[in-house]
Amino acid sequence: MRGGGEEGDRRYPPTQRSGVLGDAYAVDTGARDQTPVLALGLRGIVKTYGALRANDGVDLTVRWGEVHALLGENGAGKSTLMNVVYGLTRADEGQVIFDGQPVRVSSPTDAIRLGIGMVHQHFMLIPTLTVAENIVLGHETARRGLIDLRAACQAVTELAAHHGLEVDAGARVADLSVGLQQRVEILKALYRGARLLVLDEPTAVLTPPEAERLFEVVHQLTASGRAVIFITHKLGEVMAVADRITVMRRGRVVATTSPGESSPSELARLMVGRPVLLRVERGEAHPRDPVLRLEDLTVEDDRHQVAVDGVSLEVRAGEIVGVAGVEGNGQDHLVEAILGLRHARHGRVLLGSRDITRDTTRRVLIQGVGHIPADRHAAGAILDLTVADNLVLSRYDRQPFARWLIRQLTAVLEHARRVISAFDIRAESPAQPLGSLSGGNQQKVVVARELDGDPRVLVASQPTRGVDVGSIEFIHQQLVRRRDEGMAVLLVSSELDEILSLADRVAVMYRGRLVALLAGDDIESERIGLLMAGAA
Amino acid sequence: MSAAAGWLRGLLLPLVSVLLGLLAGAVAVLLSGTSPIDAYVALFQGAFTNTNAFPETLVSAIPYVFLGLSVAVGFRAGLFNIGGAGQLFAGGICAAFAGYRLTGVPAAVHLPLALLAGMLGGFVYGAIPGLLKARFGAHEVITTIMLNYVAANLTDLLVNKGPMSDPHTGSPQTPQMLLSARLPIIVPGSRLHLGLFLAILVVPVVWFLVERTTIGFRIRAVGLNAGAARAAGISVGWTMTTVMGISGALAGLAGAVQVLGVSGVLTPSLSSGVAFDAIAVALLAGSNAYAVLPAALLFGALKSGASFMQLQTQVSADLISIVQAAVIVFVAAPLLVRWLFRLRSVPAAPVSITEGGLGQAPPREGVA
Repeated sequence: MRGGGEEGDRRYPPTQRSGVLGDAYAVDTGARDQTPVLALGLRGIVKTYGALRANDGVDLTVRWGEVHALLGENGAGKSTLMNVVYGLTRADEGQVIFDGQPVRVSSPTDAIRLGIGMVHQHFMLIPTLTVAENIVLGHETARRGLIDLRAACQAVTELAAHHGLEVDAGARVADLSVGLQQRVEILKALYRGARLLVLDEPTAVLTPPEAERLFEVVHQLTASGRAVIFITHKLGEVMAVADRITVMRRGRVVATTSPGESSPSELARLMVGRPVLLRVERGEAHPRDPVLRLEDLTVEDDRHQVAVDGVSLEVRAGEIVGVAGVEGNGQDHLVEAILGLRHARHGRVLLGSRDITRDTTRRVLIQGVGHIPADRHAAGAILDLTVADNLVLSRYDRQPFARWLIRQLTAVLEHARRVISAFDIRAESPAQPLGSLSGGNQQKVVVARELDGDPRVLVASQPTRGVDVGSIEFIHQQLVRRRDEGMAVLLVSSELDEILSLADRVAVMYRGRLVALLAGDDIESERIGLLMAGAA
Repeated sequence: MSAAAGWLRGLLLPLVSVLLGLLAGAVAVLLSGTSPIDAYVALFQGAFTNTNAFPETLVSAIPYVFLGLSVAVGFRAGLFNIGGAGQLFAGGICAAFAGYRLTGVPAAVHLPLALLAGMLGGFVYGAIPGLLKARFGAHEVITTIMLNYVAANLTDLLVNKGPMSDPHTGSPQTPQMLLSARLPIIVPGSRLHLGLFLAILVVPVVWFLVERTTIGFRIRAVGLNAGAARAAGISVGWTMTTVMGISGALAGLAGAVQVLGVSGVLTPSLSSGVAFDAIAVALLAGSNAYAVLPAALLFGALKSGASFMQLQTQVSADLISIVQAAVIVFVAAPLLVRWLFRLRSVPAAPVSITEGGLGQAPPREGVA
């Protein structure tokens, strides 16, 4: 969509609104008078959803030329705040000042016109179009009603070269790696003249080397005078990339600081509101017999491409085996094959001495496999059902939760009360819909359900994704405790920190293959990071 | 929010939708040059106060109960069964066959048997699209529509000089049902039959099935989140097949009740749009089994009052189609109704922008 009449003849490079410098790509840093003008000033932003005050009087100042990290747990109000800035929601109260001017941002179109760009966590790209087409979409240069693709390609290539964001302008987006797709998103924002760039959890989908590269890009952007707001909940990242840090908790700003003045544990304390163990205490593992064995397992994806390529792995009772890897390297398919959610094309899955390769999911679960699915919303739980129902989701038809075909609701509620208190789940009542709980508590329900069934082996896939630091601590402690009690745990995680702090042995997956199996002192962050990126 | 308040809130939307639907109908009547008040008074008289009007309204409401439940059960599993017409025919064919061919059986056995035959016919006919969806991913909306044609034409084939036709009449129909298979009349002088009790009885049964049994739990789990249901070991395909079968059985029961209670014969006009209206009944009821009862009564009343209204005021009986359609539009577009009446939250106040100082406020340091 074109930005209206006055933008009708807008051409690349985008016009800078607040001043023209020699360099077409540089940004007016606002040094027009003595007092430096701020890139963004938020004053007393309030946004409520029903009874929830998602933003409760938030003040924020972002200077030109700085990377400003916005740190907070899920539900702290970071996304709401940025949606206000980007015009996706309207604040109930408060004031937005951009580049020294009070502004009214009531839609993303307004935001883009002002020079505010946003890269969402889930990319807004059209996979079948080329890089150049995606970037110029909505701001196309037309010649006699036709899009001038050559001009678009050239413009994009120039822009990319200038910012050191090399990417093949003619490539189809679908063929690009996730890291490159993100680069396209950043270019798209820059093409539209973004001077303030909001990056929403940008490293969630990146390999460690890709993340490093992103940090460089971010610093380049700020060096040219732009401002970057970096939303994250990862503490290490904040320390590495930020110039200043604003920490939010429960809709309020609790602190503004900088990496030099703070530390990861201090930031964690600010985020959670109490001291947090960043790394769970964990003694030596005492592994016993193998419980879960994968033998030369090969699995295809929906398009019959090999997604898991001859993986053999053993998980013993009393140990946590971590499967590290960037998302999309076959881990999901591996887990699905173990659970009977997907057929293995080749190879075997053994539980103890039993071959469960061809068993239905139901049979697999009954025989003692617990499963924490990677995607809580799509597979882990049913938000519209009650907490109690979710706690028996895989056992709803067994004693004592059902007799014959009749559900025994008293037993279900009784069970829920017990589990809720045992796992410290913050719920008002077992009969409330799961969706009304916080993300962390929802995940605790899933974890509690699986652990309560006392499985012989637990397949935990991204067990702490989208979960607050406090709940992460709890879930990690639970996993270690169960390990010590003799449970076999297969931990699949794309969070390197999680693997490092929990796993006794680490299998690294890259493009469907198990590229390394590390133990002891070999479990070391840099090495795993390289393996994850395919550098063996 | 207390349970009662939530319940009332749930009631508000359908009630408002019905009123808006009647209002839309009134506008149509006004445009045709008649007084809407006269039309609605006649409609009311024709549905409730005239001689035998209320029993007749109930007669019309009975199939809506079964069919409304049929659609509602499908909705709970996230399936849109618009094959009610076909399943109704399947049930009608089976019930009719049992009703006139089974001789020498006492009513206490014959009637239940004929009803059961109808349910079975509907079950099988409903399970087919369920199975097709589970096995091949064929969308149930497409397959059920197609199967509607199949069933309607099959009925025609059977009763129009076919193997089930009555050799003694020229018209396309089966022989009369035996008395032992007929649903007895419960209000003398009217057409109101025992099917009323059956309809009232089946509502709590369906409610219990959905809300209190393991099958119902599976149905709801699949409907709310098929992915999570699958991960929890619930067979999604099997559940879809079962729920389509159950939905079909309820539609088949409607067919059986119409044949055994009202017409006494099976004719190709058995469905006559009632199955499609039932989609509206289920929507209005929000797929709640108990709410199907009042919704069915409303639709029954509209249907049975329409002809008297036409007779009395020259307003076409088609008016009720307008009312029904408008009701559905409002039910299906709750946001529209909320907006019209400013129900629930008032839109957020616009961001207040004041002239402010530029960056005077020092950034907060430390814990605020």
